[in-house]
Amino acid sequence: MAEPETPRTDRSPWNWLLVVPIVVPLLTFLYNHDEPRIAGFPLFYWLQFAFILLGVTTTTIVYQMTKRKRSKP
Amino acid sequence: MSDHITEIVIFTLLFLLVSGMGFVASRWRAPKDMAHLDEWGLGGRSFGGWITWFLVGGDLYTAYTFVAVPALIFGAGAAGFFAVPYTVIIYPLFFLILIRLWSVSHRHGFVTPADFVRTRFDSPTLALVVAITGIVATMPYIALQLIGIEAVLKTMGVTGDSVLARHLPIIIAFAILAAYTYQSGLRAPALIAFVKDTLIYIVIIVAVIWLPYKLGGWNAIFDAADAKFQASPSPNDGIILNANNQVQYFTLALGSALALFLYPHSITGVLASKNRDVIKRNMSALPAYSLLLGLIALLGYMAIAAGVKPLPGTNPGTVDSNTVVPVLFDQQFPAWFTGVAFAAIGIGALVPAAIMSIAAANLFTRNIYKEYLRKDATHAQEANVAKITSLVVKIGAVACIVFLDPQFSIDLQLIGGVIILQTAPAVVIGLYTRWLHRGALIAGWAAGMGIGFWMLWQIPNAATGRKHFGGSAFPLSEFGFDTTRTIYVGFVAVLVNALVAAIVTLALRAAKTPEGVDGTEPSDYLADEGDPRIERQRTTPVDNVSST
Repeated sequence: MAEPETPRTDRSPWNWLLVVPIVVPLLTFLYNHDEPRIAGFPLFYWLQFAFILLGVTTTTIVYQMTKRKRSKP
Repeated sequence: MSDHITEIVIFTLLFLLVSGMGFVASRWRAPKDMAHLDEWGLGGRSFGGWITWFLVGGDLYTAYTFVAVPALIFGAGAAGFFAVPYTVIIYPLFFLILIRLWSVSHRHGFVTPADFVRTRFDSPTLALVVAITGIVATMPYIALQLIGIEAVLKTMGVTGDSVLARHLPIIIAFAILAAYTYQSGLRAPALIAFVKDTLIYIVIIVAVIWLPYKLGGWNAIFDAADAKFQASPSPNDGIILNANNQVQYFTLALGSALALFLYPHSITGVLASKNRDVIKRNMSALPAYSLLLGLIALLGYMAIAAGVKPLPGTNPGTVDSNTVVPVLFDQQFPAWFTGVAFAAIGIGALVPAAIMSIAAANLFTRNIYKEYLRKDATHAQEANVAKITSLVVKIGAVACIVFLDPQFSIDLQLIGGVIILQTAPAVVIGLYTRWLHRGALIAGWAAGMGIGFWMLWQIPNAATGRKHFGGSAFPLSEFGFDTTRTIYVGFVAVLVNALVAAIVTLALRAAKTPEGVDGTEPSDYLADEGDPRIERQRTTPVDNVSST
């Protein structure tokens, strides 16, 4: 078995993308409104639900982009 | 009691099913030798993507969350929805930071965050501080899981009036839980989590489709909640936030995310996964639970629209707001479905309670027993001590609920969130840099604890008429700011903690106080499954960690 190499760094510019889902959900002025409602949900609720999707999307992108290359099956 | 008989039967059957699974779990993916703390306390560090997803999900989203968050929304509205941003920001944080803790722990065989701190800063004292903080913060959290079960039992009417009759069902449930955790370790909650989460997902999906249909649509639900909050005299409720509680909202979300991250039970769940990939993939998949939690939170508004009246509390004249969701289900659904929902909450309490007691037991074993009581303990002795400690921890949690006012556990959990945050500079900053001095970290911890307690002590609760520990929202006017805004106590305390740690570091450097030797090297923080150095260490069991 070939020895897997430990990379020298886990830094990647892609990691900065994760700042977005950490900071955006904390900005209350973005979502602290009742209107417009979608399907009866005030903005406050549907936008914060949408942030879950934002979190999933950004972590998935960063994971795919920073994945270590596997040299063997 | 007789009108709840179907619910009780279904609840009992499902409960017995998972108890059986808990005992069988010891043979699931069984190792050759169970007498090792890695096996009992971390499931052999072998969990793949699916198991980790269910385990960590079942661990972070507890039964108490399922009853308390909607109860908060029911009572205060939008402020209770902080649980959603809180559980959104936690995963990118885990992704960036906790992955390094996994690597260094994998490389050195650390079982607890305090193990890491000990080796990184060469300080058993700092490790002891981190371990005790972890244990103290976890205990009331376990007790709260009992409150979650109790809310369900109360609604089914199986709790009597005397002290013993009121608590007997819980004592039995916890005795069974304690027995299979003792036998199977982390494998038990990992296996049960499959059942728990499947039940929860089914129940909630059905509830959020059926209830709005029955209650006249989401518009009507939010309008009913709005009307209730407009009519109430309290200035800080409403279906959106007001000018005063926005700072509290986001500092609470951020502070809770950091705290959750540091709780021993979440770290135990993460360390049990088998490689970095499993953790990273899970950070994209775990937010499915946040969606679930958001929907569960909104059950609070549905309860308002359905006109739910919470059951009376233990003390005369009070109401037990935790019964809001159980009562809602009891009113709106056929008995068999309510039984399933109640079982989901009841089992939902068992998974985190088991993991928390294992995490507390690991801390005691590694950082108190092995460090101070028996330095030459073998792996088998470690595993044995941890098993016994997990029993003691559960007895303690039951005793808290039986002998003390449940409010006391809720207060303690509030304090627990604030104090666990005080380990952040040592654990989180320590993963990146060793710049902070070990002595300074202890000083910062003490300062953070001091100011945290002082602030919590100052906060009254108008609703219950208590003068102290009434919540975590601290009025900024107490600091001399001319404002009516509030802020989360833990957030302030951890900032003070970090500031003191930085200043004392400079002072100790100037005084040339010894810093100790770092037992880790930079590449340790990037190690992954199959690292050749780990294989070498496992085959030649030289414990170079404790000899330094």
